[in-house]
Amino acid sequence: MTAHNGHSEQERIGVYVCHCGSNIAGTIDVEDVARWAADKLNRRGVVIARDYKFMCSSLGQELIEKDIRELGLTRVVVAACSPHLHEQTFRVACRRAGLNPYLCELVSIREQASWVHTDKKAATEKAKAILSGGVERVIHHQPLEPLHVPIHPATLVVGGGIAGIQAALEIADAGFHVYLVEREPSIGGHMAQFDKTFPTMDCAACILTPRMVSVGTHPNITLLTWSEVVDVQGYVGNFTVTVNKKARYVKEELCTGCGICQEKCPKKVLDETFEAGLGYRKAVYTPFPQAVPKFPVIDRPNCTFFQKGTCRACEKLCPTGAIDFNQQDERLTLQVGNIILATGFDILDARRIAQYGYGRLANVFTSLEFERLSNAAGPTNGQIVLRDGVTQPKTVGIIHCAGSRDRNFNNYCSAICCMQSLKFAHLVRERTGATVYNFYIDIRTTAKAYDEFYQRVLDEGAILIRGRVAEVTDAARLPGEDGKLIIQVEDTLAGKQRRIPVDMVVLSVALEPRHDAKEVAKQFGISCSSDGWIIEKHPKLDPVATMTEGVFVAGCAQGPKDIPTSVAQGAASSARVLARIQQKEIALEPVRASVDESKCSGCRICNGLCPFNAILFHEDRMVTEINPALCQGCGTCVAACPAGAISGTVFSNEQVLAQIEGLLLQPLGALEEPVPV
Amino acid sequence: MSANGKPRFAMYWAAGCGGCEIAVLNIHEKILDVDANFEVVFWPVAVDTKYKDVEAMPDGSITLTLFNGGIRNSENEELAHLLRRKSQILVAFGACACEGGIPGLANLSTPQAVFEAAYDSVSTDNPDSIRPQSVWNVPEGELHIPEFYPVLKTLDQVVPVDYFMPGCPPESHQIAAVVDLVIQALQGKAELPPPGSVIGAGSSTVCDECPRARNVKLIRQYRRIQHLSRVDPTLCLLEQGIPCNGPATRDGCGALCPKVGAQCIGCYGPAQGTLDYGARLLSALASVVDGKEPEEIEQALAGIPDPAGQVYRFSLANSLLGASKEAWEQEEEIHEAAHHD
Repeated sequence: MTAHNGHSEQERIGVYVCHCGSNIAGTIDVEDVARWAADKLNRRGVVIARDYKFMCSSLGQELIEKDIRELGLTRVVVAACSPHLHEQTFRVACRRAGLNPYLCELVSIREQASWVHTDKKAATEKAKAILSGGVERVIHHQPLEPLHVPIHPATLVVGGGIAGIQAALEIADAGFHVYLVEREPSIGGHMAQFDKTFPTMDCAACILTPRMVSVGTHPNITLLTWSEVVDVQGYVGNFTVTVNKKARYVKEELCTGCGICQEKCPKKVLDETFEAGLGYRKAVYTPFPQAVPKFPVIDRPNCTFFQKGTCRACEKLCPTGAIDFNQQDERLTLQVGNIILATGFDILDARRIAQYGYGRLANVFTSLEFERLSNAAGPTNGQIVLRDGVTQPKTVGIIHCAGSRDRNFNNYCSAICCMQSLKFAHLVRERTGATVYNFYIDIRTTAKAYDEFYQRVLDEGAILIRGRVAEVTDAARLPGEDGKLIIQVEDTLAGKQRRIPVDMVVLSVALEPRHDAKEVAKQFGISCSSDGWIIEKHPKLDPVATMTEGVFVAGCAQGPKDIPTSVAQGAASSARVLARIQQKEIALEPVRASVDESKCSGCRICNGLCPFNAILFHEDRMVTEINPALCQGCGTCVAACPAGAISGTVFSNEQVLAQIEGLLLQPLGALEEPVPV
Repeated sequence: MSANGKPRFAMYWAAGCGGCEIAVLNIHEKILDVDANFEVVFWPVAVDTKYKDVEAMPDGSITLTLFNGGIRNSENEELAHLLRRKSQILVAFGACACEGGIPGLANLSTPQAVFEAAYDSVSTDNPDSIRPQSVWNVPEGELHIPEFYPVLKTLDQVVPVDYFMPGCPPESHQIAAVVDLVIQALQGKAELPPPGSVIGAGSSTVCDECPRARNVKLIRQYRRIQHLSRVDPTLCLLEQGIPCNGPATRDGCGALCPKVGAQCIGCYGPAQGTLDYGARLLSALASVVDGKEPEEIEQALAGIPDPAGQVYRFSLANSLLGASKEAWEQEEEIHEAAHHD
């Protein structure tokens, strides 16, 4: 582990320092860094060091290619941005010039130096150290070849909301098989609960149900509702997914969806999911009449037979004998090449916003409850009425941003609440003629035809008050407040406090990540932001990919969004998957761990650690082996092996230690002395 | 070669317990081969020779020197340089010379703390708090005793070493085999391994020699072996939650400890090519903890009350850090002072 290894004499290293416009050059004296490298690192093997405005430009790349050809470079170090951004760019440039791409090292002097420091001198010195680390490291690089593995043409789509439906249909229409897994009894998601969709006021069911039917009947789609993914193994192109298909207690092959069982079931159950607690369903049920698939499920905890051992009404009356109380959960193993996560959102539990009184004051509703109230197929057949089920409100207050843009709940904007609240105002005006107040912080109507809708609702007579509502109370203080809900708000345009008595309050509650989003993310090997939304590969340029190859994301699982954007993401993710499938095989990074069998004593410490199940133990020879096609090069086993028998390409001890030594060469004064031979 | 034509043999005891010396004698009748094949020119435990006798020998005149113990004080250091100069083959013999050994654990403390533990602890009767002084004046003149260094070093941190023979102590059959090999080599019947090699040991780990059954490891709780009511006689000790160092420790001992139901404590040092024994071992012990919540993991690892002592028991001096920051700072002061003199 001496710094003065004999290697550097044999390698011819080119160093390229990028200005990145002023991103790097604004804080780091890049010309000085290049001069220093040429001068001080020449004994370490650096034969040329250049700086350039944009190394990633085609001219910058040509510079490197030219030097490789003309100066016979055997190693390249680029000091620029994070490898995450341009490692591929420079590797490809090296390959074009005939140098194995893995003999190129990209060191980050932007994210790790210029962007995080203001002291130019210190940042320049740090850039030199980082560069020197890269030079020492690259000496130990080996030429590598990527591994090619075939891609399984089937795709798993998780979540049967509109985003998942769109993705599934696009792929299936292109001729490839899709498994669509949905945990509720029917697909349709939140959109199926809505009556109208903004800004065109299309009937949600009218535009959604044809898509649902297409999914249900598509020859290329295997629809698995009432099912959940329980395990994911493998890697891009070759995932093995285990799905738990919960017992429906209804034989799908016999059920005709006639609905007699639902009609005859004596047990009424409050429907907290689809009807948002406003309506009832039976213990054997489909969530709504147009459900896809049409087969009902028996809600075991609420079924009289399962709880008390008697009843069996559905079984007796089913004309096809489709009820099967003995059905068991079924484990299905699916082979897929790609996965799209479209797992959607939950709404914020409005009881958390105590000052708005939800759960305490009967006539405070959530947005989802209002959707059901206004839905022609809902519990009130579309009648907008108070909690008593009969009284029409004369005044309605709609509170925007309930739990959004609020540091007590969620800092983010839930994106849909402005338009949703305006839609509610429109529906109240249309259906009841009641006076409507909308309380907003800012109105955000940025998408196509959204602002026109806003103007329309204003014209329809909705009253918009700018101000965050402080409180909703039933404590009357002034004449006319008796028996009303009073909304206390600072009207920031009028510049005064107001108390507005209303009959009904609707909270446009925040969209939140699914309660189990973190576990789901972990299961699929991806990560969530601190808010809990799934993190995309790049917020602008790669919005539907994730950091895990072969796992994509669409719709609200990635963050709050409206229906058009969810549909666009569903389609975008399917385009990415189809491109993959068409390639038929994928080149995997040759960053792999391998076992030196002569050092492996078969202690089995590494055996349970591999997140990709790439580790195989040979009982007969008592040694461990790593499957190079399964290994993703994460390094977990490398770190765990107490015997040092496992090493990882590109991250070998030798390379990492050389890099550390390189970082320290300058501070230790090692560059000032002649190198002993 | 000596006057009688025999190759010359030396053995020296630096900072160590002396167990290595006993281990050499423990090769039984083989010791006669040593005598038959070598002329013992320096071996303070066995033969009455003085340092000045060694100084008088021509450089490179000792064929084989087994050096045991770490470099704890100025005397150890002086002898390391002297014996290096006089020897053709210098072997770092035993855990202390190779890795620092148990005395190297004192590198976590300063000399002041070491002296306090030695001269002022409850079990010490030292009412005047007398401490060893490297220089002391008596009526007869100035007395010198070796100076205690803040950082204990391994032999090869002080002088170049030809071979490393690990173990606390090295197993007798391994010593006998090495003695045999050197004799054979001297007679031209065998070849010595390349300089820098570890001799008298394997290149894998203790698990290779351990007969216990092993499975995928999921450890809910580490426990010291004395806290277990029953130890399964056939199952891997680590799997039973006993922090066994075997997976990280070089083989060659024959897995003696695990075979009799005691965990390996790592005296044979790191496996071939491992840079930092303790870091490797700690990483491995942590990897197999079966827990997701930070509290569960902390609870599991709480069963290793002295992690440094557990994973660096023999190898702290040879680890990447080597010693505590305070110890290094004092060490540097001494070197700077020596530089100025």
